[in-house]
Amino acid sequence: MWFYEDMPFGLRLDLGGATVTPEAIVRFAGKFDPQAFHLSEAGGRASHFGGLVASGWHTGSLFMRAFVDFADRLGAEMRARGEPVARLGPSPGFEDMRWPKPVHAGDRLAFTMTPIDGRSLASRPEWALVTFDSNAHNQDGAAVMSFRGKVFIERRERH
Amino acid sequence: MDTASRSAGHGDGGEADRRRHYEDFAPGDAFDLGSLTVSRAEILAFAEEFDPLPFHLDDAAAAASLLGGLAASGWHTASLMMRLYVDGLLAETASMGGAGVDRLDWKRPVRPGDVLRGTARALDKRTSKSRPEMGIIRMAITLHNADDEVVLDCTTPLLCAVREPAA
Repeated sequence: MWFYEDMPFGLRLDLGGATVTPEAIVRFAGKFDPQAFHLSEAGGRASHFGGLVASGWHTGSLFMRAFVDFADRLGAEMRARGEPVARLGPSPGFEDMRWPKPVHAGDRLAFTMTPIDGRSLASRPEWALVTFDSNAHNQDGAAVMSFRGKVFIERRERH
Repeated sequence: MDTASRSAGHGDGGEADRRRHYEDFAPGDAFDLGSLTVSRAEILAFAEEFDPLPFHLDDAAAAASLLGGLAASGWHTASLMMRLYVDGLLAETASMGGAGVDRLDWKRPVRPGDVLRGTARALDKRTSKSRPEMGIIRMAITLHNADDEVVLDCTTPLLCAVREPAA
């Protein structure tokens, strides 16, 4: 990852995408979100969703995977150029998670995130806390998830 | 959008719908969502699939990280919260789905072997002007570990069917 000082604030980052298969939807829901419309096509058809739809937490988890893969690709490119690579820290939380449209079985999702804000931390001189506008869209361009996530990002300059 | 009564397979007519409806919630109502144990194998499996950062997969890397030791992905913890919420409350509620999460804080790391207990509390409620058959109850959901420390805390609106919508 970029160091906090090099974070491209305001730039929308393309994290890549994922296809959400019915098998993956049912497997995730069986473990974590066993509501009828996440567990079978029939259960989905009988619901107001009209078909099998993914748990919002599944969509969030797929977003996370895309973010980690993006950071890995970026880190590999930076290392190849001989640049130091900043560490990613954990996240203390998020705000305003919305699932405005359901994710249906077979949907192809595209994930993006935009660093919008950051601050250094007096208590943790090696780290800054960066806020990202995070989004998922389906193959028709419709928004299916948005949230503002916070992530610890390593600083280059210790203060 | 359709009404929720279909979503759980309950018909409109016939026997009374015993599920908890909008009218059955009052601000301050608290619900014990039960508990579950998070195993090391589950932490690793979730992280490999969805969140393969070193501090979720490798003890040495985790010890050197801000988390100070191997810890579950926050998405894993949130998903476990959802499981407790479904089993402990939504399964018996005329839920019309989730609209999102207003805020969620991961307060402490979740470690292998942790026992997580969920609680939910109704904060306030209102009906929808445009959709009188639906009410919105703002719920605070918290997960505690066995040391009674908060590991996850969130606020989420529950969309719930109104039993007797105003005409």
